Amino acid sequence: MKITAGKQGFQTLNEQVREKLSHFDEIEIEDVNGQRYIGAAMDKGKTVRVYGTPGNDMGAYLSGGKIEVFGNAQEAVGNTMGGGEIIIHGHTGDTLGYAMRDGEIYVRNRAGSRAGIHMKEFENMHPTVVIGGITGAFLAEYMAGGTLIVLGLGREKGQEIVGAHCATGMHGGKIYIRGEIPQNNLSENINVSELNEAETAELYKCVKKYCELFKEDEEYVLKEKFYKLSPSSSRPYANLYTKN
Amino acid sequence: MLKREGQVRIPSGCAISAVTDTLGKRFSGTDIIDSIALMHDRSNGLGGGFAAYGIYPEFKDLYAFHIFYDDNDARVKTEEFLFKHYDVEYFEQIPTRKISSIGKAPLIWRYFGAVPISKMKKNDYDDDEYTAKCVIRINNEITGSYVFSSGKNMGAFKAVGYPEDVGEYYMLDEYKAHTWTAHGRFPTNTPGWWGGAHPFTLLDWSIVHNGEISSYDANRRFVEQFGYHCNLQTDTEVITYLFDLLVRRQGLKLDMAASVLAAPEWTVIDSMSEKDKELYTALRTVYSSCLINGPFSILVGSKHGLLALNDRLKLRSLITAKKDSKIYFASEESAIRVICPEPEEIKAVEGGVPIFIPFAEVNG
Repeated sequence: MKITAGKQGFQTLNEQVREKLSHFDEIEIEDVNGQRYIGAAMDKGKTVRVYGTPGNDMGAYLSGGKIEVFGNAQEAVGNTMGGGEIIIHGHTGDTLGYAMRDGEIYVRNRAGSRAGIHMKEFENMHPTVVIGGITGAFLAEYMAGGTLIVLGLGREKGQEIVGAHCATGMHGGKIYIRGEIPQNNLSENINVSELNEAETAELYKCVKKYCELFKEDEEYVLKEKFYKLSPSSSRPYANLYTKN
Repeated sequence: MLKREGQVRIPSGCAISAVTDTLGKRFSGTDIIDSIALMHDRSNGLGGGFAAYGIYPEFKDLYAFHIFYDDNDARVKTEEFLFKHYDVEYFEQIPTRKISSIGKAPLIWRYFGAVPISKMKKNDYDDDEYTAKCVIRINNEITGSYVFSSGKNMGAFKAVGYPEDVGEYYMLDEYKAHTWTAHGRFPTNTPGWWGGAHPFTLLDWSIVHNGEISSYDANRRFVEQFGYHCNLQTDTEVITYLFDLLVRRQGLKLDMAASVLAAPEWTVIDSMSEKDKELYTALRTVYSSCLINGPFSILVGSKHGLLALNDRLKLRSLITAKKDSKIYFASEESAIRVICPEPEEIKAVEGGVPIFIPFAEVNG
């Protein structure tokens, strides 16, 4: 089932999308440019394929559905998503996976600043974000849980894999980085360590999926050593204002 | 009655956009209107505006004043002042189209004038300083009169309304410029009025801004020591004066002024070479009151070129792209793609890292 977005606003487009999804499990939206909230709160069993550049908050509150973008996405992809899958065959803007609680996001190329800001996990909910390229400043700001993987593929000379203030305020979850981490960009209170067996298994599973999705060479990606970033404390600012 | 600051709080939005041709080729305002229109939902109809560089080639050596008047009385008083202080070669009402969504408009006039030689002999300052003083005087002393554009071969156009309607209202499709900037306003904290729409200008400077300035009062106090008056009830105004003060009056290079406004963090300065460390420490010390705090993305037009700048903490999105001789900036990637579907290069403007596009000699 196909819909053409064209120049229509986000309200009429999303009304159409919801109407079609009540009859079909899979739809395609063509000629998308800037319309917000596509696939918001979509349930399990539903798939939307987006051609073009979807607007902000794509897949917000996603609730088990699948969104695949053939193009670039903008800000706040998967904002507060609680499950499902988002695949982006391009790059994304800022605040990717904002406060995401569960589900998976795979981005072929780079992500803007604040990817994984305030991701969180709870009991058996565990969000995962895999970014193929580099990321901007404030990666994983206030991260509270889940797994974030940055591969840094296709980097130009001199480009750093993560921007400044990486993991500022991080107090839970894990980040796996492919290769050396620029120390100056790393926030205080963050430990850099090697991956244990369970973590390596988790990483391999995600890298395998990334390579299948985007036709990358798995062997090449895994040839480089990965490092884990984790918070040294679950309360990094506990003593900022008062000693307690 | 309009609500005053503190009585109203509206969630932040705003959109900015720009296109410049690096070869100086002029093109109509249609593209910039389409670009800013795509981000309609980032504005709320309380302000829209445009700046255009290279639009008045027939008067390129004259100051072009665009003025809002509340009434005819303000016009008479202002014209008396203008005709006394300038050799005005041409003036007219700025042509507009009737647009249902644009409400009650002020009287909108433009004047093209040169500083009389007799005046210059008496003063020990140059034409720009003379003109800046005149603009500040009109805005401060003549009630109901507001100069919203005063550069050469450039002009600002703004109103209360959605930006795409403002563009149509001013018939920008009929003008040609080598550089256009645009703003869609979603006022936070302050009321929406015609003068409060972006861009904010002085001489050739024009600023469109998405964000809010937490350091406004510190910045305002600093520029007011140098004769500027911040009376437009909005924070962006002060950025215009900061650039004018730092670059035109104090002779800083534009990129250095940018690193005064979005100064490198001390930890970054610590890692610099000794020479740079000394320079940036001095800049941060001397100009500590010019540091802008808070989230912002701005596009600054000037006679030097177009500058894009994001706050150091990267709290606002700003994308840039390139295609042939044109360079684009916008708050959202889709607002570039709507007028340039297949850009050659598309990337984010990083926090605190200025991008400057110098203007070419204007062709045709």
